Amino acid sequence: MSTFEQPPITRIRRARVRNRESFVAALPWIGPVLILIFGVVVFPAAYMIYNSTRRISQAGTNIEGVGFANFSRVLADPNLPRILLNTVVWVTVVVTLTVILSLALASFLNKPFPGRTLVRMAVVVPWAASVVMTTTVFYYGLDRDYGIMNTFLVDIGILDSPYGFTKNVTAALGAAIVVGIFVSIPFTTYTLLAGLQAVPADILEAAKMDGAGRVRTYFLVILPQLRSALAVAVLINVINVFNNLPILRIMTGSIPGYDADTLMTYIFKVLQFDRRLDLASALSVLNFAIVIVIVAAYVKIVKPMKED
Amino acid sequence: MAIAAPPEVPASAPSTSRARKYGADGVTRKWMVTRVVVGILIIVVFLVPYLIMLVGSLKTRSEILAVPPRYLPQDGLQVGNYLTMWSTPETPLPYNFISTVIIAVFATLLVLLVATPAAYYTARFSFPGKWAFLFLVIVTQMLQPAVLTAGLFRQMLVLDLNDTWLAMILINAAFNLSFALWIMHSFFAGIPKEVDEAAQLDGASRLSVLFRINLPLVWPGIVTAIIFTFVASWNEFAASLVIMSTAENQPLSVALTKFIGQYATSWQYVFGLSIVAIVPVIILFALIEKRLIGGLTAGSVK
Repeated sequence: MSTFEQPPITRIRRARVRNRESFVAALPWIGPVLILIFGVVVFPAAYMIYNSTRRISQAGTNIEGVGFANFSRVLADPNLPRILLNTVVWVTVVVTLTVILSLALASFLNKPFPGRTLVRMAVVVPWAASVVMTTTVFYYGLDRDYGIMNTFLVDIGILDSPYGFTKNVTAALGAAIVVGIFVSIPFTTYTLLAGLQAVPADILEAAKMDGAGRVRTYFLVILPQLRSALAVAVLINVINVFNNLPILRIMTGSIPGYDADTLMTYIFKVLQFDRRLDLASALSVLNFAIVIVIVAAYVKIVKPMKED
Repeated sequence: MAIAAPPEVPASAPSTSRARKYGADGVTRKWMVTRVVVGILIIVVFLVPYLIMLVGSLKTRSEILAVPPRYLPQDGLQVGNYLTMWSTPETPLPYNFISTVIIAVFATLLVLLVATPAAYYTARFSFPGKWAFLFLVIVTQMLQPAVLTAGLFRQMLVLDLNDTWLAMILINAAFNLSFALWIMHSFFAGIPKEVDEAAQLDGASRLSVLFRINLPLVWPGIVTAIIFTFVASWNEFAASLVIMSTAENQPLSVALTKFIGQYATSWQYVFGLSIVAIVPVIILFALIEKRLIGGLTAGSVK
């Protein structure tokens, strides 16, 4: 890491203002966060883990401890490989396309033009609306019988006749992915737009003076400056898309079986239809473990937090 | 590269000068028009689902479910839907609205109050356990309330907070503070340390360094954090459904489901309420959008 190889002068200047602190000195600053997390999040999380090791009746009676039996049972589930594959496809496609489109959109919204504020406000609307409602409108609009989007696609000649998008696995997953991207773009765009504000104008000026073209300036000057905003945006997107329930539950909800399920919708089905809190808890713990591993690997590789 | 040369075609000369009047980056009129057109296209794409919602909220129920569907209402605009929805038997909507506002506003304030000092401190200083702390924070983002509702209910039962605004304020704040902390951390980290050091050598306390020197520079990050927390709290559903049992205390997200029946769904109200629920967020955004620009660029240039 080049950051550690500071020239001696900088090191001397750093030493004057103390930057290494004890944990106790940090407490007044980080204590409230710790209180909130320990006060609200820790118990329910622990309770979920506890439930995953119990046998719980469908009526909700906590019967006995069964160790890891719930885990071996859900891991042996023949549907699991397909569900994991769906989850991977869902997260990868949604996050990748969201980030690419948001980068373009943020750069565009950073340029001056008349009416820019209106465009920015329009982009924020899918964020402002609840995901459940946005998805419901898509579901309603894509309905084969009374869906307006379906009618529109027929009227402009893309479809010959209304198509039941939510009736087969591929089309429903595809539609869910479109909705997923649609609702993820606003947040991602705004995080990147905020990041773009932090790119100092004099650096851009200097790049222009040096004769760097638009493309070179973008990849060599702007993107590196966007790094930390981008890293945080990707991280939050991965977690949120991975944990998203409403979009898939609504768009793929009318498909029988588990072919279109991700881990989250599967957990929902186990809880809602099978009424098995114990198995659902085991799956939730599994889900949580997978997210933790992904995020830990991501933090390790990408280092989204600037050191000092 | 292109050094601003005067255009050789005489006809384009006036338009160039007009474009310069708009464009801070001095592009030609043609480019400016292209941007506006692209802007309009973006508006259309992002608003289409909500236009469907809006048009649907102005139809009668039978029109919404007509086969084949019509784009526009045929029996006149049912503006009355927006009046009658406030006094339907399904849910006490005015109360739901107040609950939602209070929960979202206070959850957002709590997040800012708690996350800002931590974000600043972790960006500026190192201490033993700093990375463990930051990872713990991101872990809360991974645990969505949706999978934790059983435990949340029990916990609030013990704390005697079930069915209170305070419970939902705490839950929303706790589960959304990680993004606020991380994004503000990345903005604080982007400010040169020398800014702090100069102030501290002048004898300013750390708190005043944070509030008077750093905060004005990280507005874009704070605004992003505010919108993120407010929107997430505004639309939170899973925990509210379990924690809030009294109809008056339930937020709009839960109230909405009252119109969705097993046999008959009042789509005109579902759509109308969804539109109403979007408006306050857009207003909040309009109020603080200007802070998104400015910030660092305004401070550093000149």
